[in-house]
Amino acid sequence: MTEQGIGASVLRKEDFRFVRGRGKYTDDINLLNQTHAIIVRSPHAHAAINSIDKAAALAAPGVVAVLTAEDFAAFGGLPCGWQVIGKGEEPMIEPKHPILAEGKVRHVGDPVAVVIAETKTQARDAAELVDIDYTELPAVIDMREALQNAPAAVHDEAADNQCFDWEIGDRAVVDAAFEKAHHVTSLELINNRLVPNAMEPRCAIGDYDNASGEHTLYTTSQNPHVIRLLMGAFVLQIPEHKLRIYAPDVGGGFGSKIYHYAEEAIMTVAAKVLERPVKWTSDRTEAFLSDAHARDHVTKVELALDADGKFLALREFTLANMGAYLSTFAPSIPTYLHATLLAGQYTTPVIYAEVKAAFTNTVPVDAYRGAGRPEATYLLERIVDKAAAEMGIDRIELRRKNFIQPDQFPYDTPVALTYDTGDFEATLTPALAASKWDSFEERRKEAAQRGKLRGIGISCYIEACGIAPSNIAGALGARAGLYESATVRVNPTGSIQVLTGSHSHGQGHETSFAQIVADKLGMDVANIEIVHGDTNKIPFGMGTYGSRSMAVGGVALSNATDKIINKATKIAAHLMEASAEDVVFEDGIFKVAGTDKAVPFGDVALTAYVPHNYPLEELEPGLEETSFYDPKNFTFPSGSHICEVEIDPGTGELEIVAMHATDDFGNVINPMIVEGQVHGGLVQGIGQALFENAAYDSNGQLLSGSYMDYCMPRADDVPSFTVDHEVTACTHNVLGVKGCGEAGAIGSPPAVINAIVDALRDYGVTHIDMPATPAKIWNIVNQGATAQAAE
Amino acid sequence: MANVTMTINGKQVSGEVESRTLLVEFLRDQQRLTGTHVGCDTSQCGACVVHVNGDSAKSCTMLAVQADGADVTTIEGLAKGDDLHPMQAAFRENHGLQCGFCTPGMIMSAIDLVQHNADPSETEIREWLEGNICRCTGYHNIVKSIKAGAEAMRG
Repeated sequence: MTEQGIGASVLRKEDFRFVRGRGKYTDDINLLNQTHAIIVRSPHAHAAINSIDKAAALAAPGVVAVLTAEDFAAFGGLPCGWQVIGKGEEPMIEPKHPILAEGKVRHVGDPVAVVIAETKTQARDAAELVDIDYTELPAVIDMREALQNAPAAVHDEAADNQCFDWEIGDRAVVDAAFEKAHHVTSLELINNRLVPNAMEPRCAIGDYDNASGEHTLYTTSQNPHVIRLLMGAFVLQIPEHKLRIYAPDVGGGFGSKIYHYAEEAIMTVAAKVLERPVKWTSDRTEAFLSDAHARDHVTKVELALDADGKFLALREFTLANMGAYLSTFAPSIPTYLHATLLAGQYTTPVIYAEVKAAFTNTVPVDAYRGAGRPEATYLLERIVDKAAAEMGIDRIELRRKNFIQPDQFPYDTPVALTYDTGDFEATLTPALAASKWDSFEERRKEAAQRGKLRGIGISCYIEACGIAPSNIAGALGARAGLYESATVRVNPTGSIQVLTGSHSHGQGHETSFAQIVADKLGMDVANIEIVHGDTNKIPFGMGTYGSRSMAVGGVALSNATDKIINKATKIAAHLMEASAEDVVFEDGIFKVAGTDKAVPFGDVALTAYVPHNYPLEELEPGLEETSFYDPKNFTFPSGSHICEVEIDPGTGELEIVAMHATDDFGNVINPMIVEGQVHGGLVQGIGQALFENAAYDSNGQLLSGSYMDYCMPRADDVPSFTVDHEVTACTHNVLGVKGCGEAGAIGSPPAVINAIVDALRDYGVTHIDMPATPAKIWNIVNQGATAQAAE
Repeated sequence: MANVTMTINGKQVSGEVESRTLLVEFLRDQQRLTGTHVGCDTSQCGACVVHVNGDSAKSCTMLAVQADGADVTTIEGLAKGDDLHPMQAAFRENHGLQCGFCTPGMIMSAIDLVQHNADPSETEIREWLEGNICRCTGYHNIVKSIKAGAEAMRG
């Protein structure tokens, strides 16, 4: 390890601009002659559009256009990037997702019209004047109701509101295992609906050059090439060489900025129609009504155990909400990114899962930090705790008893995955020590003396990152490849530009990616520039989500750098009049082993571009290499998260007094950045467990549609954390990395809820649904107290 | 329309605004000081915090006309050339930011805290940040940054 290489906590290069307010986010961009768009959105969850009268809006000051669905009649709908095939080879129902509502609106916030004016204020004023006549239809909100006795169909194509009915595993085999079980634990739970809430609202600016015919879309995206592909090829039919997507600094994504959204297509089309740039920036209210939501499962899970506590079988029945339309990756989330993780860290030999997906008159639901794996981890780590309590087995012992052992890797789970490596005891033991698990009962007693209920909870998670081997993903329904690309461009004077298909929106790639190159080339990170986000600069790549950047994009970068070293070695050999086999490369200097001949990397770079003394017959000039890396398997980060809570039974108020995470992310490039990712993930998980809930009323109005109502975790809601990591290196990528972006949000919710259930165990509590608000806790405590008093 | 004149980052500026124009709109759209961000529409997130006459204020919750004659400092006004303000440096050195969107408001708010309380405890920092939301960092390193920034500001 060098001072700035792999494993060093290098301070972030990007922070120079961010701490000075010099970041360049999409809304910071203003183009000459720019117009401003406001989207008119449906106030109804489900309604027929009888008429749209634009006249008053068109006559308002500054208005240059009012567009509705008829202006987009020539274009396609927003595509779904993953096709799930259900039971009996039935493909999912895939209704059209129009850019602007066509005849019907299907959720509050569904875009109906676009008002474009000289200023944003003028557009906003005029948007009030668009007169839309609706006939309200019955709204389908609760997904249980949607699939049985629904008052209406969200789409004519799915009369029963079912998108798909999918299964994994052999139900007969699993049911037979349950028949023989000594004990069966059952649990019904809800995985609450969330709103991702990246702090930067979405923004899109369309621009069109009628001389070159080139479209440019500035947008808040985690994957600009995916947007170019989806919007260009499937929606607007713009050839890729005439469509540039540029996602500059992006203020957080967490999944919500993966998807191709209607506003991107609207701005692109409008800019061509008007021959002027058109800018739209979401406000927060609009974000609540138009950014893809997350989670939203209703689940029944059962675990079969033998008399010793060995897991015999697991079965899960889940209803998953798709919302009103299929967002870009929605169908894959509750299926392949969820049920394939149901083995967790355990040797459960047979598993069955059935997932029914429903359309409802709510905002579309898609991936959000963790995407399917938090739901799997939550139900699994909850039911393991419940089983332990029911069987009178210590919850740590029950986990240990069922752990996959280090000598069992590679391990084939019964749900399609092969874990390449892991060591679950190696993260459990230090986590227990760091959180002083063994002395917890003393703290419980001490808290009781103060009238407080104290509890401790653990969650042992495993997740799948580094999505994904393209052939496997394709076989499972992905309509894209899932490799990543990197180009390493060595400049004549030795500085380096890296062009990467990965996208950084908070992850610090400008630093950690530079560290990989710095490490390999023995160079200062200051000489290495990471370029991302602009499809006119970077090679085709799939972007950043699913904790894939380092495990896929970082490996592509590592491979491209190896190609540079390989070519540079040949050039150096020529300069030193040696055979390439005899040349070694150390700390940025090429040397001939056993001699004093040496040539620094910079000289080789210059020679590559000024090839006067150069083997031109054998080698092309220049020093630039590209690598596309398609991963061989998923990567499997794992770990143990432990949470300790204290509850005031008088008010239901809860304090997280301690939270610890020991994670195994494989090799770590920048520990400072990795710990920061864990901190952030933990708080998003705590947010799900304690605070956050996207609540709809029965009419389909989003009740928690602002920061006044949707409870975002604040600084005084959470403690400081202790975080450490153990390493079992990934076996199938050259960096040995697994990915760290989502683990915090995957491992923490069950740790928090398990701690609360532990704190409330004297009240007979066996489960509490998320978010465990003070009101919910107070009611449990109060009812428990009432019940006790009655005895 | 109304004319407003104010000092922003030591420079006097004037502009014509609608009476409903927010201070943040004046800063971002007219002055092109895009370091001040807008993350919500209910005065909750604090991405827009600037200093008005020395005190932190949410520039989304103040009309531009209310800042007429005021001395305004934005995130762009903190560093002297390449010399970062100690709080800016502390955020960088303690990894107190990830996507950077909430960061200007966090830094402006943190400086005001230290002006009121030179040596804030972790609890005091967390309570002060009630009006600033961060979705990336989990606040852990922001708290650490502000502790370090306060120490550096004490000199």
